[in-house]
Amino acid sequence: MSADRDELAFDLRIAFGDFALAIKETVPLRGITALFGPSGCGKSTLLRILAGLERGASGRIALRGETWQEGDGRKALPTHRRGIGYVFQDARLFPHLDVAGNLRYAETRSQTVVGTIRFEQVVEALDLGNLLRRRAPSLSGGERQRVAIGRTLLTRPRLLLMDEPLASLDFKRKAEILPYIAHLPRVFGVPIIYVTHDIDEVARLADRMIVLQKGRVVASGDVESVLARADLPVDPEQYEPGAALTAKVVGHDPHYQLSRLDLHGQTVTVPLVDAALGSTLHLRIRARDVAIATERPTAISVRNILAGNIVEVTMRAGTPHADILLDIGGSALRARITRQSADELQLAPGRAVYAVVKSVSFDALASVYGDAPPAP
Amino acid sequence: MTLPVLDPLWLTLRLAGLVTLILLVIGTPLAWWLATTRWRIKSVAEAITALPLVLPPTVLGFYFLVFLSPNSTLGGLWFNATGSNLTFSFAGLVFCSVIYSLPFTVQPLQATFETLGRGYWETAATLRASPLDAFLTVISPLAARGYLTAIVLTFAHTIGEFGVVLMVGGNIPGETKVISIAIYEHVETIRYAEAHLLSAGLLAFSFLVLLFVYVMNRRFPVHVG
Repeated sequence: MSADRDELAFDLRIAFGDFALAIKETVPLRGITALFGPSGCGKSTLLRILAGLERGASGRIALRGETWQEGDGRKALPTHRRGIGYVFQDARLFPHLDVAGNLRYAETRSQTVVGTIRFEQVVEALDLGNLLRRRAPSLSGGERQRVAIGRTLLTRPRLLLMDEPLASLDFKRKAEILPYIAHLPRVFGVPIIYVTHDIDEVARLADRMIVLQKGRVVASGDVESVLARADLPVDPEQYEPGAALTAKVVGHDPHYQLSRLDLHGQTVTVPLVDAALGSTLHLRIRARDVAIATERPTAISVRNILAGNIVEVTMRAGTPHADILLDIGGSALRARITRQSADELQLAPGRAVYAVVKSVSFDALASVYGDAPPAP
Repeated sequence: MTLPVLDPLWLTLRLAGLVTLILLVIGTPLAWWLATTRWRIKSVAEAITALPLVLPPTVLGFYFLVFLSPNSTLGGLWFNATGSNLTFSFAGLVFCSVIYSLPFTVQPLQATFETLGRGYWETAATLRASPLDAFLTVISPLAARGYLTAIVLTFAHTIGEFGVVLMVGGNIPGETKVISIAIYEHVETIRYAEAHLLSAGLLAFSFLVLLFVYVMNRRFPVHVG
């Protein structure tokens, strides 16, 4: 193993009660890596071990060849010397300091750390200007999380660990924060490991994902390829099949308030997004929002109709469902229809069909969070 | 200020002040340890810390006499080092009061630290604060109310102690004759005027201290919850 590869490598074990975790992984220090799984799968525990907050684990952790832990967790490098940032689910702003005080707390302790992240830059990037004199109790949940993220950035971390930072926020507050998080790796050059049980957040934010279940890794890799797998043994309540796609913004129509995206030569229409022409968006299309037609529908209100080929038809015995895996110009798309429809339409691998997409979620950046309504 | 009848008052304030200071230094790490440890022996340590609350002062005083006398190990060491006795001396009073008042420092602090939880402590660590740094800049200010309670209880309790002082300190003017002993002596010798002066003085002082605490408590923001 190379000593200074740009990655975080770990091989860890911990057990308490009837829960056991054993995970060996390597995470490249680029972009956002999601740790995804249902409650109790061990994802938060793993994050706490990586941060040095949970010291009961044994095994090995190394960042760019620098060993943080070797063997007993109680002898591991203490948290404050790891150079990591950590965003907790509940923000944990210090109540005896105002927002500026919280930010300065981190800043003064990272002055000897080499880095370019500056106070003014963080305040501007996270829009904290009018909050500086406020105290934590007077802030909304979303504002608190923004301050917490800013405070963490000011430690000039080598790696940012985020533990379900949006989980305690309502839908609207999530919309406030999501774009900020999406931009962090690019704007501040900090790689992120992001714990979540929300598959939408994974699809919108992450480049790579590690799926955990009962303390084990069941899948890991690019988000697109992991999400395209239907066989993930994950609680269906937590994991809804769908596909993550990357599309390029090619046009805006202010009159109809729509944006046009290019997806491998086909056009996808979504409500107007505030994104530059040529920029890319992460899309997530849930399997249940995709219908299948054997001919191109014409008199129909749905705008997004994509031509593709069937790759696989999976009949879900004991349920009404059939899962169809489609190839859309090289990207995977999933459709969940009834078994009856699959039989009546005689769907089989290789057949050319049209995917009728009723709803697209996307990495909304400055636009609305939440599913785009069906394009008219 | 030269009224000899007030001498016991100054002696008492000196004793209580010194004991409170020493107990803050000893009690803070002990309370933090009790609040955060997961060791099984924690309960044993808690029980020992609470013993002075339930034992009659005479029992404590008796053991102090035994262990502090110049013939004992501790008393002998002290005698060799300083040339004076621990028993019937101011130093001995300080020693006994520290142990006697220990729970009044440790228990409020431990309760405060437990209520604060590990959350802010962990947060400070992720912001590159060392454990001592985190304790001084985050935990201590957030525990201000607990400290205020601990200081006042310790101080007041040390002032009010009678039984232990009587057994270990005796009644040496300027050395061990604290206010409670002095009042007792004045009453025994039917000098009610002096007893009145000291008693009223102590009453007024205690009231003012408690008033100060409650006023401060209203001002201190509560950070927990």
